[in-house]
Amino acid sequence: MKLTRRDFVKSNAIAATASVAGITIPGIKDAIAADDGIRWDKAACRYCGTGCSVLIGTKGDRVVASQGDPDAPVNKGLNCIKGYFLPKILYGKDRLTKPLLRKTNGKYDKNGKFVEVSWDEAFKTMAEKWVEARKKGPKGIGMFGSGQWTVWEGYAAQKLLKAGFRSNSLEPNARHCMASAVGAFMRGFGIDEPMGCYDDLEHADVFVLWGANMAEMHPILWSRLTDTRLTKKGCEVHVLSTYEHRCFELSDNSMVFEPQTDLAIANYIANYIIENKAYDKSFLDKHVNFNQTTTDIGYGLRDSHPAQKAAKNPNVGKFNKISFDEYAKSVAPYTLEKASKMSKVPKKALLKLAKAYADPKKKVTSFWTMGMNQHTRGVWMNGLVYNIHLLMGKISEPGNSPFSLTGQPSACGTAREVGTFTHRLPADLVVAKDAHCNFAEKVWKLPQGTIPRANGKSNKVDQTDISGKPMGKTLIHAVAMHRALKDEKMNTFWVMCNNNMQAAANMNEESLPGWRSSKNFITVSDPYPTVSAQAADLILPTAMWIEKEGAYGNAERRTQFWRQQTNAPGEAKSDLWQVMEFAKYVKVEDVWPTDLIAKAPEYKGKTLYEVLYTNGQIDKFPKEQVTDDRGNTYNNDEMEDFGYYVQKGLFEEYRMFNSAAGVPKKGHEMAEFGAYHKARGMRWPVIDGKETLWRFREGYDAHVPKGAGVKFYGKPDGKAAIISAPYEPAAESPDKEFDMWLCTGRVLEHWHSGSMTRRVPELYRAVPDALVYMHPKDAKKRRLRDGSKVKVVSRRGEIVSRVSTRGRNKPPQGLVFVPWFDAGRLINKVTLDATDPLSKETDYKKCAVKIVKA
Amino acid sequence: MAHSDEKSQSGGKGSAVSRRRFLSDVARTACGVGLLGMGIGLYSRQAVSLPALALRPPGALPEKDFLSACTRCGLCVRDCPYDILKLAELGEEVALGTPYFTARKAGCEMCEDIPCVPVCPTGALDHDLTDINESRMGLAVLSDQETCVAFLGLRCEVCYNICPVRGKAITIERKHNIRSGKHALFIPVVHSDSCTGCGKCEEACITDKASIKIFPTELAKGKLGEHYRVGWEEKARAGESLVTPDQEHIYNLPEGQSYDHGGEGLIMEESQDSPFSSNPLDTLNRGF
Repeated sequence: MKLTRRDFVKSNAIAATASVAGITIPGIKDAIAADDGIRWDKAACRYCGTGCSVLIGTKGDRVVASQGDPDAPVNKGLNCIKGYFLPKILYGKDRLTKPLLRKTNGKYDKNGKFVEVSWDEAFKTMAEKWVEARKKGPKGIGMFGSGQWTVWEGYAAQKLLKAGFRSNSLEPNARHCMASAVGAFMRGFGIDEPMGCYDDLEHADVFVLWGANMAEMHPILWSRLTDTRLTKKGCEVHVLSTYEHRCFELSDNSMVFEPQTDLAIANYIANYIIENKAYDKSFLDKHVNFNQTTTDIGYGLRDSHPAQKAAKNPNVGKFNKISFDEYAKSVAPYTLEKASKMSKVPKKALLKLAKAYADPKKKVTSFWTMGMNQHTRGVWMNGLVYNIHLLMGKISEPGNSPFSLTGQPSACGTAREVGTFTHRLPADLVVAKDAHCNFAEKVWKLPQGTIPRANGKSNKVDQTDISGKPMGKTLIHAVAMHRALKDEKMNTFWVMCNNNMQAAANMNEESLPGWRSSKNFITVSDPYPTVSAQAADLILPTAMWIEKEGAYGNAERRTQFWRQQTNAPGEAKSDLWQVMEFAKYVKVEDVWPTDLIAKAPEYKGKTLYEVLYTNGQIDKFPKEQVTDDRGNTYNNDEMEDFGYYVQKGLFEEYRMFNSAAGVPKKGHEMAEFGAYHKARGMRWPVIDGKETLWRFREGYDAHVPKGAGVKFYGKPDGKAAIISAPYEPAAESPDKEFDMWLCTGRVLEHWHSGSMTRRVPELYRAVPDALVYMHPKDAKKRRLRDGSKVKVVSRRGEIVSRVSTRGRNKPPQGLVFVPWFDAGRLINKVTLDATDPLSKETDYKKCAVKIVKA
Repeated sequence: MAHSDEKSQSGGKGSAVSRRRFLSDVARTACGVGLLGMGIGLYSRQAVSLPALALRPPGALPEKDFLSACTRCGLCVRDCPYDILKLAELGEEVALGTPYFTARKAGCEMCEDIPCVPVCPTGALDHDLTDINESRMGLAVLSDQETCVAFLGLRCEVCYNICPVRGKAITIERKHNIRSGKHALFIPVVHSDSCTGCGKCEEACITDKASIKIFPTELAKGKLGEHYRVGWEEKARAGESLVTPDQEHIYNLPEGQSYDHGGEGLIMEESQDSPFSSNPLDTLNRGF
């Protein structure tokens, strides 16, 4: 199947122009009358990682109204413009309501047309393909989930893949989003997620943005930061970016740097602190050790790629202990002159930034998101900012906070805390460690050796696969999944709650060929006909957001719950239902070898559903009527269908990983299920009902013993790791032919791939198309002007759009910015699938393109 | 001016709504008179009235002059690359056959080469207009602060973001949100010296009815009392105080305090007797 750009434009234009019946604002009199009988309940916003709370007004099984939750500490009744339109994302006219399978003459056909089928036929077809593909090995199948999954959806999928199918081929789209942040947390602190919380926004004197356009991507956090800047004496804002964006409007120190040279700038600041002896020696002595990372590690491209072949130590993340003096020597080359020359940022600005960090009296909070994470040296770069904070001891206390923000509503809560990555298990456990797998198997009541170890050896013995052969290496990350599909090594792929055909880089060369290969069977679960759905073989209609009971975890470790507010349209079902129901179609004998079944004869002949979910733990809580404290009642479709309180059972079993006594990794405690339905979210670790605002600091964190002051307890020695890493160039830089940098990203009005927000007519009208933001001089050189139709061309593909020289983003000469929300202009045909070799996260911010008149 | 003429026509009621109602009443009456009569009746009414929400193309002469200069040839409409402009049809409130656009439907895209202007054969669209930023099709007015979500503290700024005269015609003023206590308000402010009245803000405004609208400049613009000057602007323009600046003042002040007369007033120094912490261990442990 060939998807032309025009097809995409057409289908999306139809979708977007379809008028949506949502909230209307009648006259005041009518409004009061209409408000009668509205049931109000809380929910977490569907979009970004900020985690605003909203109140949902329901009447007659329809969301008729919404408001920002005035009692929510994050947003205090406010929303961004996407949040204002939340009800409308449910009621796009083109909601999918029936499973759809490609068929010709009544039979599945890869090149057939989509035909409505029953759930039973959908799952039967799928199960047949999955069992067949699984015979190839643990990487024969793959599932691609989401940081927008609810906590229990991620947890159910985690069990289905790792324990049920015995495959570590489970990844979240969060791999594209914050894997580099995770990598640096684990290397530096041995435990994931920020030590601070949003209260840092009021307590800092200095804010430094390293590759984060908070003004547009975290609108409500930005309004808090702005307010602090307006009302707090001496407060200053430093903004670093490769192009000028809306945060620069508030900036006291604006720095547009040459892509990739953030590495040099961060090292310069460390060097400045050391040269001026501004560091906190006592903090360093007690709480920090110094390390040097392995260098020349390649670019996460296919092994055959020249840039990969040229690397001396491809993909090596090993770091070795060094002394303070050795560390000082490693950053010494990064002088002010050198950093300024490399970055093209004036010396004065760099010095001002360095001084802000080095001033012991100023509390500094650093924020970053995709500019730093989507970076071929993202783990290093995250680490370099931690280095600065650790040198100064400016960490883990109000206002002193290195703060990695997230872009998805539950990137933290689901992808990271539940661990829906190929290498992870819940609560920071990993499949590379036998002890961790053994623990998970015990919790899950499974025989030892069920979960595939990273190297395929359980307690040093080869794990047997269903084929009878040894399991072999089992890890496969998101970008490698698309490569494996293209190479036809992976044959089934289930994409859920995200739009990876639009999101993954290098669509032409890597994504689409694999999805459309006749050997492969692609399932996409989605509420709308997205680009991914268009490229699938089986589409499963999904109940979204408040059409199911849910839980999200935001960027400040806040876990928030909501009840099911309305029923999903037609036969649409939640991701949770889909995962668990599908498990009924696969038997243990289909995917487990006989020697494993022999270890647990009670599972003989059972379905994966029975083994994984009706295990006496998850089905422990009987069916009940969900109510709130005001006596309102709510549906719970999954409870109705499976006959027990599924969400509660899953959450309580999940808590055995983070809250039970004797868990392998401490510091992840959560409150019991019921507590979250009462609170406007709680920030973990939650111990005896008490939440944690700043981790690792005595007084704030119950895990830090009295007298210790600070303890980085994620590490065995209680010390954080400063890890020296140098500047290394980008994977692909502009040259004579492809003479511009391309940076991609988002806009305030649309969220991610636009599958929800582009169906809100008002948001569509506000920003209908992705434009090519360009410097006027670059445009003039090419005889272009504002509004000119152009092609953005890379070695991999091209798109057509219009130039904007007077828009919200002002790139420097030599760089263009194109947002990726627009299904009509798929910029990921152009981007490069280079990743950070350590985090495997794609660098969407740097590749080389040329701009020509279309 | 055309707009003052309209007022007198609509029986002195003054508001656009009543004028519109008046026109439709005329139309209803005319129906009974007959087709020809209706046509003439409408035409004669329309010829002198332009509804507040209908905007003329860039470079249009003042309404009266425009109406006498415009030959209704439609060339400007033909050359509008974005199909924004249309010709008024019979039954519309705009003078029959004249070009106009409605901002809420689609604002002017402000083409750099202004293709609609040079094709005008009569100069009804002024050929001297060569910089689109100099055009004045109307003036954006944030007409309803109660419904504009920015005033509620929501992060919208769609009008600001879509404005083609970026950062000049609409700016964002940041203010403390007293209600929430920890958020800022991002208030859009229109500047008449840069706003071209293109209407992109009205088109894109996300409220059910636009909270920002383009009005004819005459209708929208206020006027400060002729006698009054804005002090700080006059001072900035002159580059110095118009009257010899205040002399230096000396005050009785306790130790550690100072007074910044022109600036922040009383300054109470934080107790900073020495660069050292009161706890000697802090100094000792700090290292070299």
